[in-house]
Amino acid sequence: MSVTTLPSRGVALRQPGWVARLFDYKPFLIVMCLTPAIGLLTVFLTYPLGLGVWLAFTDTTIGQRGIFIGLENFQYLWTDPLWWGAVFYSVFYTAIATFGKFALGFWLALLLNNHFPLKSLLRAIVLLPWIVPTVLSALAFWWIYDPQFSIISYLLVDVLHIRTTNIDFLGNPWGARFSLIAANIWRGIPFVAISLLAGLQTISPSLYEAAMLDGASAWQRFRYITFPMMMPILAIVMTFSIIFTFTDFQLVYAITRGGPVNSTHLLATLAFQRGIAGGELGEGAAIAVSMIPFLVFATLFSYFGLARRKWQQGEAND
Amino acid sequence: MAWDSRARRVMMIYLPLSCFVLILLFPFYWMAITSFKPNAELLNYKEHNPFWISSPTLAHIKHLLFNTAYPTWLKTTMFVAIGSTFLSLFASTLAAYAIERLRFRGSPYVGLGIYLAYLVPPSILFIPLATVIVQFGLFDSPMALILVYPTFLVPFCTWLLIGYFKSIPYELEECALVDGATRLQILRRITLPLAVPGLISAGIFSFTLSWNEFIYALAFIQSGANKTVPVAILTELVTGDVYQWGALMAGSLLGSLPVALFYSLFVDYYVSSLTGAVKE
Repeated sequence: MSVTTLPSRGVALRQPGWVARLFDYKPFLIVMCLTPAIGLLTVFLTYPLGLGVWLAFTDTTIGQRGIFIGLENFQYLWTDPLWWGAVFYSVFYTAIATFGKFALGFWLALLLNNHFPLKSLLRAIVLLPWIVPTVLSALAFWWIYDPQFSIISYLLVDVLHIRTTNIDFLGNPWGARFSLIAANIWRGIPFVAISLLAGLQTISPSLYEAAMLDGASAWQRFRYITFPMMMPILAIVMTFSIIFTFTDFQLVYAITRGGPVNSTHLLATLAFQRGIAGGELGEGAAIAVSMIPFLVFATLFSYFGLARRKWQQGEAND
Repeated sequence: MAWDSRARRVMMIYLPLSCFVLILLFPFYWMAITSFKPNAELLNYKEHNPFWISSPTLAHIKHLLFNTAYPTWLKTTMFVAIGSTFLSLFASTLAAYAIERLRFRGSPYVGLGIYLAYLVPPSILFIPLATVIVQFGLFDSPMALILVYPTFLVPFCTWLLIGYFKSIPYELEECALVDGATRLQILRRITLPLAVPGLISAGIFSFTLSWNEFIYALAFIQSGANKTVPVAILTELVTGDVYQWGALMAGSLLGSLPVALFYSLFVDYYVSSLTGAVKE
């Protein structure tokens, strides 16, 4: 073994200066490396989160410092039918949209997991709804849901002759609620499908081969291999999906702004309406804070409800 | 039997797959076709087939580019997206390097802490953040967005880059250390160049998310010129009771194009990093 170390090209030809040597002191280097990320997150995330909780207990309005009023905001919300309406719709919206996204997304992932020509092109196309800014695709949906010129109404009335009148998608509460959920599912399918596709590809083909030899049917292979093996990924993707669907803002703000007659307010849009547009920062913050228990519950439920089956993945696969 | 299995394949795979593609792409088709339709065709389904354009026009796009502040909005959005992407990449590269390569007591907890930040949704933060932005004198300034967007970009990028750094063999760094390179030289000349694919996918991710962001831009920006495309279209172009559907759809189409183009250039990185990230 040769003892001489030749100076490798490019590295360490110059003697390091004192600054460089200071950066060789590991604790200093660690602090310097972590400062930008942790600094940004502390100032613009942790501090506002605390401030938000504090604001929820004050009567702050825009341009005026508030004083501590205890639980008054929350007591008021408890008696506010609009807040209850928003809670109801947020839960409903999250439940139906998450179910739709996962059912259809899982199906799409299983389809994409087959071999066929132009596979990668197809995957790229499928991701589009997720890539394009939500508000911009929401505008397209707004136009698709137009009371007079909706293309869906045109298809049903003039092409298929199933109906005789146009559908007023956004004009009545339940129509608007389901229209928004449909748009949310449309937007969420690609992400669920691609994430689950990644999961499907980690399942070893030998498991299926063994099952085939044992005479398992396609449904049995899905039920006893695919589904359990996908549990950990399903848990993670579903946790994310629930959090971001429950706190959704853009779709509702772009398409209905909470109407008609406040039937489609999510907690986030209600918080915006009261807090920023209405100037009642304290009350808006209280509405935003009221989302936290739901989020914690949903996270625990989806994560631990699904991930407890992690052992089925086998060891050394963590 | 061969034919039978092919028919089965068509029914079970190609047919549902085509339905999915059709439904997932239809809103974009509808957006595009509306952008080029003259108003007469746009509002008359009886005499014109709504799925096609008989006399395409550039009037909506012209109106958008010359009669509205659309070019300014595009510029602002681009500035904000690029600024926050670079800031996030800088912060998360260093953080990921420290967590994964410099290994110290508690580094997994720091990583977990940064990652948990991703689970705090903007809908909870925008009201208190608005007051913080006002305190800093940044209200109505694109700088506010550049500084705030990293709160949701840094957690994900850090997570992604930790995965990339993990895949680079330690031996390379150790050799350089033996040769007398400083830590900074190692980072700049060995680790970073090897992590370029990871940096690119983190960059694409950050760019698309910043371009997409809505609630902060809506809450922190007031003057028309500083608005980003998604906010400006909704607050400045939607006026009165008669909607200019042609111009609105043209605005949506043009606003989607930069992201779609940017993403299609790097789609392989994107999909592989996404699948890679899920595998972790």
